[in-house]
Amino acid sequence: MDAIGVLMVCPMNTYLEQELDKRFNLLRYWTQPRQHEFLTQHAESIRAVVGNASAGADAKLIESLPKLEIVSSFSVGMDKIDLNKCKERGIRVTNTPDVLTDDVADLAIGLMLAVLRRICACDKYVRSGGWKSGDFKLTTKFSGKTVGIIGLGRIGLAIAKRAEGFDCPISYYSRSEKPNTNYKYHKSVVELASNCDILVVACALTPETTHIVNREVINALGPKGVLINIGRGPHVDEAELVSALVEGRLGGAGLDVFEKEPEVPEQLFDLDNVVLLPHVGSATVETRKAMADLVVGNLEAHFANKPLLTPVV
Amino acid sequence: MAAATHENQTSNLPLLLLHRSPKYNLSFFPFLHTKYTVLDPHAAPPHPSFATLSKSARLMLCVGPSTLTSDDLDQYPAVECVVGSSAGLNHFDLAACRRRGILVTSAGDSFSDDVADYAVGLAIDVLRRVSAGHRFVRAGSWPGHEGYMLGSKVSGKRVGIVGLGSIGSRVAKRLESFGCSVSYNSRKKKSHVSYPYYDNVVDLSSNSDILIVCCALTDETYHVIGKDVMTALGKNGIIVNVGRGALIDENELVKMLVRGEIGGAGLDVFEHEPHVPEELFTLDNVVLSPHQAVLTPGSFAALEELVRGNLEAFFLKKPLRAEVGLD
Repeated sequence: MDAIGVLMVCPMNTYLEQELDKRFNLLRYWTQPRQHEFLTQHAESIRAVVGNASAGADAKLIESLPKLEIVSSFSVGMDKIDLNKCKERGIRVTNTPDVLTDDVADLAIGLMLAVLRRICACDKYVRSGGWKSGDFKLTTKFSGKTVGIIGLGRIGLAIAKRAEGFDCPISYYSRSEKPNTNYKYHKSVVELASNCDILVVACALTPETTHIVNREVINALGPKGVLINIGRGPHVDEAELVSALVEGRLGGAGLDVFEKEPEVPEQLFDLDNVVLLPHVGSATVETRKAMADLVVGNLEAHFANKPLLTPVV
Repeated sequence: MAAATHENQTSNLPLLLLHRSPKYNLSFFPFLHTKYTVLDPHAAPPHPSFATLSKSARLMLCVGPSTLTSDDLDQYPAVECVVGSSAGLNHFDLAACRRRGILVTSAGDSFSDDVADYAVGLAIDVLRRVSAGHRFVRAGSWPGHEGYMLGSKVSGKRVGIVGLGSIGSRVAKRLESFGCSVSYNSRKKKSHVSYPYYDNVVDLSSNSDILIVCCALTDETYHVIGKDVMTALGKNGIIVNVGRGALIDENELVKMLVRGEIGGAGLDVFEHEPHVPEELFTLDNVVLSPHQAVLTPGSFAALEELVRGNLEAFFLKKPLRAEVGLD
């Protein structure tokens, strides 16, 4: 398969690069100073694109690659891939579901604890020598708080299961009520936010879910409520979130994703009730290896005319 | 006005002796003054009859982890019961209480949920680099460095719990919901739990990725986490301490963290609080916290209820809750 051109659009994982290098003609798009010429030069050999949560395959890229057969994404979300275009052209699309579910759910709980118990603020307090001059303030209990989940898919369910270990009642919003759970269903996000202490975004990003957390939802969550976003930045109206946090209309936030990554609103930097992470929901050694193996496995299956492991389109 | 109130209470209300370090104030227990004649050695102004009344007080409330020694008890010969309000017991001279036939109670499990939550929070933070990632973003370092360092998975890890009491069993329950496997060490095997038991901490540590220290500090558990235990845990293993600082040989811990001989640590307690070894300040695989695990208003509400109940039970000759076995 080493004549097959595989275009990797941005750096994502060293192990993945090694494994692709072994099998294919791996082309590193981000290292090319003249990307347009580079594409033209390799247009006839590139039959696969590998992208991730920050860069995938938009219509323009797809159009410039006439021999493209498959887009294998090193992510579960596909918001950076033009799925309609892929369908039109008969281009297959794969993602890396399931393998990152546990990590994202673990991090969601970690963010809840870090925000409510002020763990990052405590760490900063000790490192700066603050403890010697007095005790830190009281923090907020986590066990028993009501957790409201937007999107009860794989990741949402994994968060629910963990939060139950802390005796947290679970409620959720999704397009329709799920038949196989005892969790409390709310038919709107505002209703969910009004009836929970911690609201966590765990749905896919689509045009319908863009800014699903808006001013009204944030106000319903209120000055004691906490927002956790481990989904995608555009799920939340970030300007509204920032003003609510700065004005104290929202109790706190734990954010792994942002609207314009890697840009993070600086007004959030000094708030003790906010925890900011650089999109590390699936960033563990174990999971990145499993994701890389799925990307490689899907490409191998495709070019061997075998069934794809995790097809989307 | 204050003095008049004191006189009034003296005539009607039972005596309650406070024992506290001056840094622990009593704002958490406003109910005390309506039910008892409170004798507080650090009160300002002092109770006019403190010297005489304190000799006849039968009940003492020990505030937080204030040290209570045999010499302290010598000053208060009539004390029959010490109601404690701390999760640990190492600040009490329990032998002195036993010799005098004094009953002792602790905070029981009032703090257990909060401490267990915090232990899990520290473990996730260390493994997933939450505090380090937060620092990275706040420092403005993200743009241009999109490949932030990878953390380590929490789900599915082997968790070893040192001390499976009310806190340890709550930690176990929480981490089971993450798909972690749990084993433990304690003085003796618990008949009612199914987790694998190790009769020594080195064996537990050899078979764990995350070691959570939440036993009581006693003469036997002083430095129970020494170099041998940490070597057994290895360079990918992490330690979380929500018990007491002196459960770990802190010098060894610092050395091994600096040399990368263990994978990381989440520490809420230290050997010489509030002193924290500065070598730890630059490490990203370490999370430091100012003995904070118990401090939420929810915990204090539970503690207040427990203390209130025990004070009432003493005078009514009813059974005490969270009584400490002194044999």
